[in-house]
Amino acid sequence: MLNPQLNANGKLNHLLSTESLPREVMTHILDTASSFLEVSDRDVKKVPLLRGKSVFNLFFENSTRTRTTFEIAAKRLSADVINLDVGRSSTAKGETLLDTIDNLVAMHADMFVVRHASSGAPHLIAEHLRRIGREDVHVVNAGDGRHAHPTQGLLDMYTIRHFKRDFSGLKVAIVGDILHSRVARSDIFALATLETGEVRAVGPQTLLPSAIGRMGVRVFNDLREGIRDCDVVIMLRLQNERMNGALLPSAGEYFNCYGLTPEILALARPDAIVMHPGPMNRGVEIDSLVADGRQAVILSQVTFGIAVRMAVMSILAGN
Amino acid sequence: MRTENIHIRNGRLIDPGNGIDRQTDIFVAQGKVCALGQAPAGFAAARVIDATDRVVCPGLVDLSARLPSFESELVAAVAGGITALACPPDTQPPLDEPDLVESLVKHSESIGLARVFPIGALTQGLAGEKLAEMAGLSRAGCIAFSQATRPIFDTQVLLRAMHYAASFGYAVRLQPQDHYLAKDGVAHDGEVASRLGLPGIPVCAETVAISTALHLAAETGARLHLSRLSSAAGVALVREARRGGMQVSCDVPVHHLHLSESDIGYFDSQARFDPPLRAASDRAALRAAVAEGLAMVCSDHTPVGEDGKQLPFGEALPGAVGLELLLPLIVQWAREDDVPLPVALARVSRDPAAALGIDAGSLEVGRRADICVFDPEESWCVRAETLRSRGKNTPFLGRDVTGRVCATLVGGRVVFEA
Repeated sequence: MLNPQLNANGKLNHLLSTESLPREVMTHILDTASSFLEVSDRDVKKVPLLRGKSVFNLFFENSTRTRTTFEIAAKRLSADVINLDVGRSSTAKGETLLDTIDNLVAMHADMFVVRHASSGAPHLIAEHLRRIGREDVHVVNAGDGRHAHPTQGLLDMYTIRHFKRDFSGLKVAIVGDILHSRVARSDIFALATLETGEVRAVGPQTLLPSAIGRMGVRVFNDLREGIRDCDVVIMLRLQNERMNGALLPSAGEYFNCYGLTPEILALARPDAIVMHPGPMNRGVEIDSLVADGRQAVILSQVTFGIAVRMAVMSILAGN
Repeated sequence: MRTENIHIRNGRLIDPGNGIDRQTDIFVAQGKVCALGQAPAGFAAARVIDATDRVVCPGLVDLSARLPSFESELVAAVAGGITALACPPDTQPPLDEPDLVESLVKHSESIGLARVFPIGALTQGLAGEKLAEMAGLSRAGCIAFSQATRPIFDTQVLLRAMHYAASFGYAVRLQPQDHYLAKDGVAHDGEVASRLGLPGIPVCAETVAISTALHLAAETGARLHLSRLSSAAGVALVREARRGGMQVSCDVPVHHLHLSESDIGYFDSQARFDPPLRAASDRAALRAAVAEGLAMVCSDHTPVGEDGKQLPFGEALPGAVGLELLLPLIVQWAREDDVPLPVALARVSRDPAAALGIDAGSLEVGRRADICVFDPEESWCVRAETLRSRGKNTPFLGRDVTGRVCATLVGGRVVFEA
């Protein structure tokens, strides 16, 4: 089976998932992001790499925050950015996903940044573009269902590399609702590709995928055990709706069992960093003392996120 | 309808029901098999079909095929060597009224291709609340009763439906899947779904429902057929029940003998099925169950339009067409697993005919001449343009399969010839 993210020459054509993303491509993205980091510090925060290109933000699921980071990244590359709130326009009138894509391709879109509630929607779009012979139009997955959020995964890798340099000796714990988390999957596959020493998945069984044991991670149901001696702790956001459907009894009990407090964090290595993809639920998955503490690198993640998204878009555009 | 005298010569005649597997001739007159080997005295063939290097077997009997259009789908059936098929009751509207069933049967007879045997709704509107008029439906032509894929939430209703069916000796067919355990799921709850972030359907959704059905069948004495099993644990439960002396039969969809969760690849919606494609170990167990005679095989033919498949995996409609692929996929399985061809063919002719209680699946002298002649060696590529079914949805598009139907007879008439 062909890797749908790469073109015939093995170059990145779409960013759909961190799974099956070759290590050299991943490293190239991270290295490129490094060079973009200083652009954001300039007085004129722009480079002309995407001048004249049209980037369409296609958000079938609302997310002001992620959409904004992509918009900033594209604008810093001098692209024209068009935000389509698709949830409220064409699909509500019965147009199918691929009809929408055909229309936008006819408007000379160069790149789609896609957020969709169904796992695999960006793959469907990429496959459709291949079928109609428009592989010159690129797709960036900005989060699909529970499947993947590859730019978040890459910015997490960037953050870890920034603070820890080498992955080989690291112990990384991912804590919380892994079952429903596209961020967790993207992190797990990226960490595996970068040959991380040990990756741990920590959570109650109701929030872990059934075959988590075969995803190359060590599974812990107990937070204290799972976090012990870790170098990196990635906390996941807990959606309020998980209290429905008998996955968890209450936010309070969740915090008591899986919330990251200073006492729990003390079990990790003293120089451990704490990450979170945001937005945080203070007092649900993370104590404010930790979120605002010296080990938290959550705001650095946000800054790096812009640079990583710039890197991805500029590489896709052929730079 | 007029029939002519037909002589099918020099084929490898396989009649699993009568233990025949030898090179011989078969003679058809007045819609029935009139002789094997030597022509009866005074037999004058109006037509001779040369079956040299070909297999001559009973027309296939398909336990489950959805037929959105009789005109196109019955053509597809006979092109696939299928001469009798059962259709589930989840039509629009559902098959819960005798008039509806009568007109359906008449319509299929007027087309004169494969025979259609409707399965009636077990409950009114398939809503799982009130019993359907089973006796009336049976008189109208229903050969069994089922809920298709619709749940009965209230287990007492299921118990009573089975009691009622048992009073008349009607067969009850259930597709075992616990509604709640399968809720929101779109793929086997295993490695691939975990990796791709697809909501899973655990194996226990099937085993819990099988256990319930087996206990209720034991309680009521209803004749139970479990359709479309997907898991190793599922067939193991049926095996155990049969060892305990229970009369229960089951089938597996032909796709599940060949595909597994890994065929989902990068979210290929052609690999979305209900029940879902499961692990490779499940597929191996299904193959073994079919080989040993525990399970028979159905096409589970489900045409889905392009619009229903060109969607993200979880939103796409489940199912694949199977009428024209049942035979080649059976031949291929037999070859891969060294299963003798007569055994493999029994699973799609003699066995389902017995489960449905219909006159089919045999080439005994005096029986209906429903016959399939096929070339077991000929390969062909599955292409949308050449499939006769209105649905072109199959994961086998672009793949080569082996085994091609040359001629199909229904009631002694040649209804298909390649």
